[in-house]
Formats: sequence, structure tokens, C-alpha cells
Amino acid sequence: MKIMGAAHRFTPNDDINTDYIISGRYKFKIDDMNELARHVMEDIDPGFAGNVKKGDIIVAGKNFGCGSSREQAPRALKAAGVSMILAKSFARIFYRSAYNIGLPLIECDTDWIGQGDVISADLDTGIVVNVMTGEKASAKPVPKTMQILLEDGGLVPHLIKHGGFSLQ
Amino acid sequence: MSMGQTIAEKILSNHAGKDCHAGDMVIASVDFCMSQDGTSTIMIRELETLGFVRPKTKHGMAMVIDHNSPCPSVDVAKMHKTIRDFSKAKSVPLFDVGEGVCHQVVPEKGKVHPGDLVVGADSHTCTYGALNACATGLGSADVAAAAFTGSLWFKVPESYSFCVEGELSDRVGAKDLVLQIIGSMTADGATYKSIEMRGRGIDSLSMDGRFTVANMAVEMGAKFCPFGFDKTTGDWLASRGIASTNWVTSDDDARFEKHFCADASDVVPKVAKPHRVDNVVDASDLRGTEIHQAFLGTCTNGRLSDLTAAADLMKGRHVKQGVRMIVAPASRTVLIEAMDRGVISQLLKSGASIVAPGCGPCVGTHAGVPSDGENVISTANRNFKGRMGNNKDVSIYLASPQTVAASSLTGQITDPREI
Repeated sequence: MKIMGAAHRFTPNDDINTDYIISGRYKFKIDDMNELARHVMEDIDPGFAGNVKKGDIIVAGKNFGCGSSREQAPRALKAAGVSMILAKSFARIFYRSAYNIGLPLIECDTDWIGQGDVISADLDTGIVVNVMTGEKASAKPVPKTMQILLEDGGLVPHLIKHGGFSLQ
Repeated sequence: MSMGQTIAEKILSNHAGKDCHAGDMVIASVDFCMSQDGTSTIMIRELETLGFVRPKTKHGMAMVIDHNSPCPSVDVAKMHKTIRDFSKAKSVPLFDVGEGVCHQVVPEKGKVHPGDLVVGADSHTCTYGALNACATGLGSADVAAAAFTGSLWFKVPESYSFCVEGELSDRVGAKDLVLQIIGSMTADGATYKSIEMRGRGIDSLSMDGRFTVANMAVEMGAKFCPFGFDKTTGDWLASRGIASTNWVTSDDDARFEKHFCADASDVVPKVAKPHRVDNVVDASDLRGTEIHQAFLGTCTNGRLSDLTAAADLMKGRHVKQGVRMIVAPASRTVLIEAMDRGVISQLLKSGASIVAPGCGPCVGTHAGVPSDGENVISTANRNFKGRMGNNKDVSIYLASPQTVAASSLTGQITDPREI
């Protein structure tokens, strides 16, 4: 599977927590992900929700998605149009939840990617390319478990399709 | 000859029905799962899609309304109604308004036993590690899958051994110890790992102190934070009528990826500065930092010994004019015990205000949202920008109950040993 999109970067670059992705001010009172999507990243980049376009990608440093278990974080990003997140590393709960809801994450060096760069990632080979400059990097391979979940459209569709876990 | 196992490897092996070691992928049976009011509605939607009838987890499941409790708005009321309706329709136990914070209520009600594997749709589910369990926070879909199938996939984590020697000095709390640990480990220093806490400094902690330490393991990225089982654990469970037969211990030849050591007697009052939990300094370094609100409570530090430590320090003194001191007991049981022992009366006489058992103002939904530009000192576990509901120059400092109480008296961040 190949995914391509324009990169959005943030300050801070590292340890972007789920409170920053979607604040408790909103996530506790709004149940509709499309509405929540209007507030993603608000506390660190108030303009992001208005600028992000369908298919865009997020690029960050280490430990993206740390903090709370709120699944609204990956869900609201997906609803906002984000098609993939590239980071040096991800926090554990966010990592599982993103694949559970069908949002692919790629772990690779990201220092070479700039705001607005158009990046293509091949989830099978792990090759990440800046399509404007041709610059390349290789990502950590996406574990088979995650590839299966992604292909099935997420965890709940996976369980329905197979009548239980079929991840090996 | 089989290789020695850590607590995480043993508990996952027991639940997967086969011997496993770090790096293995297993499908393991889950003993219990929980969710709170911020995560339940998504879980309920997923369960309805799956055609859920009743939980297949060994000891069932529970939902807790604690993050917005009592309800602050019409929007939240709709979500609470969804949770109550589901609870009634599927006979899923619900701990409603006033019962307390999920991570105090769930263990108090006997839902967690030594040796258990527990998952929760709340990141601080790792708190139950204090009871010699493997417990971890997950998203709502994972918890729905656990409730629906009775099991879940896990990658068996590598383990870190964390040995704490010595004992904490007077007016230094378990919170100071764990803040010091997080400061040295950093926010992702234990990502995906199981941290086994051990040593005399850990054994000498009360259960309340152990819950405080295990609670914050996720602030360094950890998956599990299992403690050993001892008399303190057994007595705490027995006094609540909870059995403890399946406790586990790591083998002498278990493989730990890393070993860490600390001496509790060296620990001094600590503060995590805005806006990172690993931004830790000595409380005395922040002398002169004005505070406007002090908050005592949460799943980290809202337990009886936390309230008692604050009340003892505040006895005969009064909260500084201009400071709001807010107290949220961790549960109804904690509140009743604190009332019976005169702790609540002492806090009120010193100028504190008491809000309903629950999360209080920790997550910014109600019960103490700070004004623009204010500083808050809090016993909570997170100080991210905007966390308490206001992102306009609000600074949150995390500290122990003793430091929060001391600071409420002086109006500035204060080392409690100076009171």
C-alpha cells in the first residue's frame, strides 16, 4: 500500500500528546468526529484544522501521541483528512489505536522532511520518498499484525470478518 | 531447561496458555476491562457494531463516570445517558456520579487481583500494577474487543527492573519518588516496557503510595508497572474481602533489558514544571513562584493517606488569601474514611473546598478551571498546556500532596519541609 500527501509539522516536534491532538475541552462534550476534527491540534497550532486538506500527512519527532488513551485523537485526525503520520517513534496506546481505526503510522527519521513537502510512503517496502526532491529514507517495517488490521479496515471490521482474532 | 521469566512474561504466559518471552506475540485472555465517561461512548458504539451481549472477560467489565462528575453541561449529559442506557440494557456495572475516580473505585471494589491481566480505556490503568497485576491503558476499540472476545493480542514486553533502596524521609512522598524517576527516565524512557518496581524503598510504601508510583508509569511510556506481592498487598486486599491466591514473582534468572537503582532516602520534594511531566526540579528551586490555585486529588494522589498528609501539614494554619485550594477525594469510600477521621473537617477549617469524588479539575472539564495567566500547583499526573481547560498562559506544576498543601498556605511553591 502506498500513501502520498503534503506534510504538516508542529512546534513542539517531540512528545506531541493527545491533549494537544484533541483537547479535553472538546473531546468530553463532542461525540461527532467530524465536529471534533475542527479542533485538532488547536492548542499548538490554531490554524491547522482550517488548513489541513484531505490526504495530507503529519510529520513529527519522537513519542507522538503520548498521554491519554483517548481514541478521539487518531479518530479526529482521520476525520480531519489526515491519511498517515510519520514520526521517529510513537507512544504505545496511540500506536495501537491508530491502526485499530485504520490510520497508518510510519516510524522513520523525519528531520529531513520540511513543512509542505510532498511525501510518499510504501507500507510494504518501508521506502519513504520526498516526491519533490527525490530524497529517500527507509522506515521501520510495519509489523504484520498492523498490516492485517489496516487491510481489514481496523480492529472491529477485522473481528467481524474473521469471527475473532486472525493476526498470525 | 526453561528460561526464567519476569512478572509480565509469567502473567502473559498464564493468560495465553503457553510459555512466552519478551518479543512474542500472544493472544491472551483478559480478566477484567473498564472504561470511563470520556472513552465509553466510542467503546459502546464498537460493541454495538460487534453485536455484544455480555462481556466474555473472566471477571466482567465496568464503566465509571468520573471525568465530568457531576455532569457540567447538556452535551456531556447526553453522553452520560448513553452510558447509563447501555449499562442498563446489557447489565454492565456502572459506577456513577459520586463513586470516585476509576483507578480508585475499580481496585476498591475488588475487580483486580494479583496475577490478573486487566485492560482499561484510560491511560492510567497501569495503576493496578501496584496490586501485582499486569494492567494497561488502551483505546476504546481494543477494550471493546477485549470485552467482546474475552481476549486480546499483546506483544510480550521487555522488562526494566527498578530497585529503590532506603526509605522516604519525613514530608517526602511517593509522588516525589516517581517524579524523580520520570525526570531521569524522560517521557518516552520506558515506552512499551514493563517496569518491575522492587527494593526496600518500594516495600516500605503503603498501598496508597504504590498506587501513586504505578499510576505515573505511563508518563514515561510504560505498558505495565507490576509490583511484587507482599503482606501490605495481601492485607489491603483482605481488608476489602478480596482473595489473593495467584500472585506472581519474577524468577531469579529472569531477563531484564535494563536495571535502574535509586535511593529513596535521597529523594527531596520535587515539582514537574510546565508543560512536561519529565521537566522535574526540586521544589526549593521554585521558591517565589506565585500560585493561584492548589489542587489535591486525582487517580495519582486523591487517597486517604494523601488527604491526611495535607491535612496534618495544614493543621492550625490557613490557605493564603487569594489562593483557591480544591480537594477531590478519590472515592466515596475515601471521603467517608477521611470524614470519620476528621481529615475533611481539618481541610475545610484550613480553607480548602471539597468537590465530589472523581477526577475533579484535572482534565479541564469542570470543578476548577483556572483563569488566563494563572499558576496551578496540582497533585495530578499531567501538566500539558491547556490540560485544565484553559490554554491561555496557564502553568500547571505537579507535586506531592505535602508540597501542594504547603504551597496553598504560602501562596508560592514551597518545600513542605520549610513549613
